[in-house]
Amino acid sequence: MTAVKRWVFELALGARMSLAGGRAGWTRLALIAAGVGIGVAVLLSVATLPTALAASSSRTEARTEQISADDPPKSDETILVGLASSQFGDVAIHGRSLQPEGSRPPMPPGVTTLPGPGEMLVSPALADLMRENPLLAQRWDARVVGTIGAQGLSGPADLAFYLGSDTLTEESAFRVDAFGATGVPDEGPDPISLLFPAVGMVVLLLPVMVFMASAVRFGGEARDRRLAALRLVGADAAMTRRIAAGETLTGALLGLFAGALLAVGIGLLTSRYATGKLSFYLSDLRPVPALAVLVIVAVPATAVLVTLSAMRKIVVEPLGVVRLSGTVRRRLWWRLILPILGIGLLAPLASGIDVESGGAAEIQVAGGVAALLIGLALLLPWLVDAVVNRLGGGGVSWELAVRRLQLDSGTAVRAVSGIAVSVAGVIAIHGLVSGIENQVKAADNGGSGWTGFQIAPQNDLPEQTWTAALRDTPGVQEVLTIRSHAAEGDGTLLSIKVGDCTALARYADMTGCTDGEVYGVDAPAAAGTYTLRDGPTWTAPAVTRQVRATTNSPGYGQPMLLITPAALNGTPIPGTTDEFAVTLVSGGGADAVEQVRNTTARLDPQAFLLEPGNSAFAAAMRDIREGLLAGTVALLLLIGASMLVNVAEQLRERRKVLAVLVAFGIRRRTLAGSVLWQAALPVLLGMALAIGFGSGLAAVLMSAVNAPVSIDWIGIGTTSGAAVLVVLGTTAAALPTLGRLTRPGNLRDE
Amino acid sequence: MSVSFALLGLLENGPRHGYDLKRSYDDAFGRDRSLHYGQVYSTMARLLKNGLVEVELEPGDGPDRKRYAITDAGITDIEAWIGRPEKPEPYLQSTLYTKVVLALMTGRDASEVLDTQRAEHLRLMREMTHRKAQGDLADELICDHVLFHLEADLRWLELTTDRLDRLAAQIRR
Amino acid sequence: MTEQTLLTAENLHLTFGETKALDGASLHVRAGEVVALMGPSGSGKSTLLHCLAGIMAPESGRVVYDGRDLTAMSDTERSTLRRGEFGFVFQFGQLVPELTCRENVALPLRLSGVGRREAHRTATSWLERLDVADVADKRPGQASGGQGQRVAVARALVTQPRVVFADEPTGALDSLNGELVMKMFIAAARETGAAVVLVTHEPRVAAYSNREAVVRDGRVREQEFAR
Ligand SMILES: Nc1ncnc2c1ncn2[C@@H]1O[C@H](COP(=O)(O)OP(=O)(O)O)[C@@H](O)[C@H]1O
Ligand SMILES: [Mg+2]
Repeated sequence: MTAVKRWVFELALGARMSLAGGRAGWTRLALIAAGVGIGVAVLLSVATLPTALAASSSRTEARTEQISADDPPKSDETILVGLASSQFGDVAIHGRSLQPEGSRPPMPPGVTTLPGPGEMLVSPALADLMRENPLLAQRWDARVVGTIGAQGLSGPADLAFYLGSDTLTEESAFRVDAFGATGVPDEGPDPISLLFPAVGMVVLLLPVMVFMASAVRFGGEARDRRLAALRLVGADAAMTRRIAAGETLTGALLGLFAGALLAVGIGLLTSRYATGKLSFYLSDLRPVPALAVLVIVAVPATAVLVTLSAMRKIVVEPLGVVRLSGTVRRRLWWRLILPILGIGLLAPLASGIDVESGGAAEIQVAGGVAALLIGLALLLPWLVDAVVNRLGGGGVSWELAVRRLQLDSGTAVRAVSGIAVSVAGVIAIHGLVSGIENQVKAADNGGSGWTGFQIAPQNDLPEQTWTAALRDTPGVQEVLTIRSHAAEGDGTLLSIKVGDCTALARYADMTGCTDGEVYGVDAPAAAGTYTLRDGPTWTAPAVTRQVRATTNSPGYGQPMLLITPAALNGTPIPGTTDEFAVTLVSGGGADAVEQVRNTTARLDPQAFLLEPGNSAFAAAMRDIREGLLAGTVALLLLIGASMLVNVAEQLRERRKVLAVLVAFGIRRRTLAGSVLWQAALPVLLGMALAIGFGSGLAAVLMSAVNAPVSIDWIGIGTTSGAAVLVVLGTTAAALPTLGRLTRPGNLRDE
Repeated sequence: MSVSFALLGLLENGPRHGYDLKRSYDDAFGRDRSLHYGQVYSTMARLLKNGLVEVELEPGDGPDRKRYAITDAGITDIEAWIGRPEKPEPYLQSTLYTKVVLALMTGRDASEVLDTQRAEHLRLMREMTHRKAQGDLADELICDHVLFHLEADLRWLELTTDRLDRLAAQIRR
Repeated sequence: MTEQTLLTAENLHLTFGETKALDGASLHVRAGEVVALMGPSGSGKSTLLHCLAGIMAPESGRVVYDGRDLTAMSDTERSTLRRGEFGFVFQFGQLVPELTCRENVALPLRLSGVGRREAHRTATSWLERLDVADVADKRPGQASGGQGQRVAVARALVTQPRVVFADEPTGALDSLNGELVMKMFIAAARETGAAVVLVTHEPRVAAYSNREAVVRDGRVREQEFAR
């Protein structure tokens, strides 16, 4: 009992000391609190993500129309729903045309009154977007009569609309008697979406941990001197450790508090300003209780453990502090275990991820990445030691920096391991993402180099209406009509396209095309009889030549029959639908794209608009990539701040020596140079290791998702650039301290 | 010998009767032993003979009609004595003390007195340090002995210098 | 005045807030002589030394070294002067803890642009001269206090300066070690012909000087003695 009481007393003494430590003590406390706070904010935000995502996706599910194989019979309680989704720029807009079939139709969530024909309901975010962009406001031939309530939107930034209609038919729409998908059709785990959360979490959280661990040690040297004073009045070694723990605990608790506030702030900001799919209402932002408790318990506990383990390396004697770190020899072998384990886990994935395995692959990837990155953090101290101990020669500033690092590389390494881990992770993900992005882009630009639209109307407007309207659209160069149909024979589904050579070039490589020929893409060569989609049988002409589909053709991967008009000999295929291929004038820009979308939506909101490539997907990739880089740069700045604290602290500890050197006539330039080297050397080593590890990791991940392996120069360039900036910034920021510390007043002995 | 200078110094602020002189002396310097009246009388007689003081006879009668006053020669003499450093030797504190108090009483620069003395001490210390460097171990040990004593004296001089203000205040009282 | 005056301070004034650290201090230092600055602590000895060495600039008054007015020089010029002509020994904590003793001694040479190898050679000979060659490759933390001060002395003399400024060089040592340091210091300074401005409050250290000046309340009382 008394032991417990003493413990409490000593912890409280530590807490009191940290609060009563004067200005230096306060600074230290503030730094720890800031560091821990930032970490906690990130952790809490991550802990909030699952609930937020769940809330958001449950709302998305609730508005999804219940589609079953056989439509419910038409009744007083059914409604026709047409897919009217659109896109503005790269952003997708969720849209539905609604046409009630009776007096008691089901209503999508967030809607209290259905819009009548010529009316529409929009989400607040879409209303804003339409206000800001007149072009978008003209897209639908309808008057905005209200907004969609929050329960019908994925989040505050969700772009969505409901369009009232009286032209929907069973062909162009679904009939439903309820909204809310039970069991949304699972798209199956896509290897890419499988990788991101796993790797992302590891990459995001590891540096945060590393950063928090070094934040707890901010200002540790001054603390050690205070503890030495306590030893002088009779505290034993164990007591000083507990007092130190108490001090750290104060900072960590303050940090926890600050972090919680910061997390709330981040929440407020995201709910207000977030754009795109991942936007959340404030009420969505509740951390998973178990995770929140984990953060609240684990952060202070870890802080204390880090302090205690750091204290193991020093002996606080009554007359000062003895550091043992100089004598510790760093061994290599055990530091290699984790990286090797990581490689072992990741290597089998290089031949592609087994999608069927589901969770197992995810764990394998996450584990491998984590092992590799933690291994990197472990390897770094050894590397810095090994390299620095072999350095020598050079000028005075170089010598001062190198010797300083030789004596105590631990402080420098701690700051830098955060950089290394995050940079390696980011280069890995960034490389992976840009690899996929390039793959998508390459597909877009491959083949015929076609950069137009393919429009498949769902209503029965005459061909002339469409072509005239499209030709009148600003930015449109050419409109070609393709008659399209689908047929089945011998178990193969065949899509049939009739058009002139230019039009057919949208689908396949048509070099040497002449009117009167029939081209097949994986289609049976001989003439044969097929059953058309709407019933009648049809005899297909014999294929005169086999061609290869362009990779970006609408319908890539399925058998196609490309027929030139003359080949039909004047007997048209019954029941074909028109499709229009639109080519934009080159340099028409974003406006031309929007104009085509406008024309299409006004003529037929349900029309399918096939856009060149997957620009929305590519945009998402780009967003991820840019977000990652921004995050890393922010992290690097954070680490720069902690490096600055370390450097400033070291300088302050050496104020006397610095003043003496100034007395001896050392140039400020030389001193500044030594600060620069001292910051640059570990960062340089960390970056080298990080780029190596990151690129290797990226290569494995890229081949895992079957993307071509490439070196991610953008990622390497940006992170290296940021690292250089951090080094320069740290040095520059340390210069005022240096100036202050080299004033003659510091020669005084106190 | 320092008694005669002390009495002479006491006269510098104005002529006094013999009895007055004894009382002033006892107040300023007579910590352990006060002066006999006879001693005052004999000292004055000697100073009179050397022309350092003169006697003013007051009219009227009574036992003590003689007032002593310092002559110009006396002033020169005391000036020289106060300004002259003593040979650094043991137990010279009482002489130095007398000099300092007199200097304070007569408005002379007492710290000058002490600084002159410390310079003399240091000169000897320098000599000892030099001799030590030349000689053998025996020389070294002997020189060190002297050095330590001189150092102790010098410390006392420094201390006194620091406390001159307090001493002056006490004397003025 | 047989020897020429090398360094002169004239009527220096310098205040720190309310404290008048220097209040009309003047001093002359002749080439090759050892001047002890004595006086109670807080009297302005160190401040005077810093002004004499061009580390601090007085608010008024002049410091003239070898015909050049230090107070009119820029910071860079004074740094250059200190690098080439002056040496320094302080009480303690003056050696760069990361560097070995040899590197510490070589440092002033290297600051003046001497190559690494040659600087180390010169440093070694100075370490031998002060009988601390055995700690040449150790860090200052591994040397004793007395050895550390002798290393500092070697560092102050390694550039063959014309003036060495020493502020309480034995202040942190016991008397035996202090004596050893002083003996070697003054002997070496005499050999190289360097003048020494020696701030100390210890009479036995001051006894190594040619003459002393007493600093009191920011003013100097110089004592002149024939040699
Ligand atoms: N940098 C400074 N800031 C404020 N006061 C100072 C500074 N340097 C010296 N002083 C003050 O100036 C006076 C003289 O100091 P110093 O020259 O160090 O004395 P000494 O070396 O004789 O002990 C002291 O009162 C001291 O407190
Ligand atoms: Mg001082």
